[in-house]
Amino acid sequence: MVELWTTYGMEFVFIIAHIMAIIVPLLVSVAYLTYAERKIMGAMQMRQGPMTVGPFGLLQPLADGIKLFSKEIIIPSSAHRVVFVMAPMLTFFLSLIAWAVIPVNKDWALANINVGILYLFAISSLGVYGVLMAGWASNSKYAFLGGLRSAAQMVSYEVSMGLVIVTVLLCVGSLNLQDIVLVERTWWMKALLFPMFIIFLVSILAETNRAPFDLPEGESELSGGFLVEYSAMTFALFFLGEYANMILMAAMAVILFLGGWLPPFGLSGAWIDWVPGVVWFGLKTFGILFFYVWVRATMPRYRYDQLMRLGWKIFLPFTLIWVLVIAGCLLAFGALPS
Amino acid sequence: MLASLVFYTFGFILILSSLFVITARNPVHSVLFLILGFFNAAGLFVLLGAEFLAFILAIVYVGAVAVLFLFVVMMLDISFADLRKDAMQYVPVGLLVGGVLLIELTMVFMSWQASPELAQNIAHPIDAAAQANNTKALGLILYTDYLLIFQMSGMVLLVAMIGAIVLTLRGRSGVRRQDVSKQVSIKRADVVEVQKVTSGTGI
Repeated sequence: MVELWTTYGMEFVFIIAHIMAIIVPLLVSVAYLTYAERKIMGAMQMRQGPMTVGPFGLLQPLADGIKLFSKEIIIPSSAHRVVFVMAPMLTFFLSLIAWAVIPVNKDWALANINVGILYLFAISSLGVYGVLMAGWASNSKYAFLGGLRSAAQMVSYEVSMGLVIVTVLLCVGSLNLQDIVLVERTWWMKALLFPMFIIFLVSILAETNRAPFDLPEGESELSGGFLVEYSAMTFALFFLGEYANMILMAAMAVILFLGGWLPPFGLSGAWIDWVPGVVWFGLKTFGILFFYVWVRATMPRYRYDQLMRLGWKIFLPFTLIWVLVIAGCLLAFGALPS
Repeated sequence: MLASLVFYTFGFILILSSLFVITARNPVHSVLFLILGFFNAAGLFVLLGAEFLAFILAIVYVGAVAVLFLFVVMMLDISFADLRKDAMQYVPVGLLVGGVLLIELTMVFMSWQASPELAQNIAHPIDAAAQANNTKALGLILYTDYLLIFQMSGMVLLVAMIGAIVLTLRGRSGVRRQDVSKQVSIKRADVVEVQKVTSGTGI
């Protein structure tokens, strides 16, 4: 028994502590991302945003959380109960486990695995099940249509996202997230990867069902889509999952294209080296999240056929050609990673 | 010890969920159990140290194929009570096919012999040079020794894809399609004309 404790027990406690050190800041960031979104959108639309709960409305996310906790969970009588309750849990669970491999600083990831980027891609492609299960289990036509839309949308944009990741991997030559951050890229690699960065930014908007691609929710025609039958905590789990996924995708963009925890623009110096890497990581992630909110406040929603056209007829051929272009350039300049 | 515990957990859930795939009354539940099965198979791959295969299994089968399964099954409108009524008449045929498969599999496995270099092969399944990670090892084997087979299977998939498109493509008449480039390239002069209309006369 003592031997069991010394071999596995300490490690177990250490891993639990490590997981807590990831999840607690993540949930706090999720809460304050909703606050930031409302404040930024307010500023963009000449409003105040949340003002009354606490100084500058800073306690608003807590008040919202308490409200959602204390409400009644309603399960429609014709719903498939088990799947109906499992769907939000799955969405929330998936948005948390992906964080196991994100390196927020050098050697700060819970698991530094060889195929980290594949793990992230696999987890993010599973997000569709929460929505699909919710849509089906609600047994309501609006929820069902929302679920179907979302399935088609996420599968379409995953294809081009996968090809964008391939272009980065070609330049880096490793599937490990730390290597992706640390491998030096030449100026022409950066120039070639820039269009891919733009496509990735648009694709993650579609992948997380955010405006202007928030058709699965589409309150004007589907009155909330797959969320229509959900209330209280079941709704809150979807909501938290969606925002945690936003942060996750932003972190993925930072790791793939913006140099992770390294100082921006290759800056160095006593002051800059003193700032811990996790601060740079957080700032870059927030930059991308600001872009999310900015787009939401600016763009009207896409029509469904336009969304599909953009994914399959523009992004897919372009990324496919770009994979060839980048592979060709790497071969021509002799820069293929060995 | 921990590894074997995890192995038996994955294996047990895999067998159980495969069983539920064929016994679940609701086809959507069947697909969900199938997904659970895929997951546990991926877990077994991770235990074997084949993490690349595990995540490709998760991405391709769970992330894409099973989504399409679910998509189709969710939209089916079939009364499964009716189907179940005459299911019994297929039992003899099913038993026959299953029996033949069982006999064949037994014959295959009975004639298996362990290679004398088994222990050494398990210790070093790939060249020591390519030990670094299995993504690289897989790529090195796939694009050198098995290039022809790899390309041929790609061709077969391409033909299957084109076949599926040809089978389902139908040119419908009377559908007004949107041509975006035509819409965008339209000029003001093409569609708007300003005319002075003097009163009392038409255009």
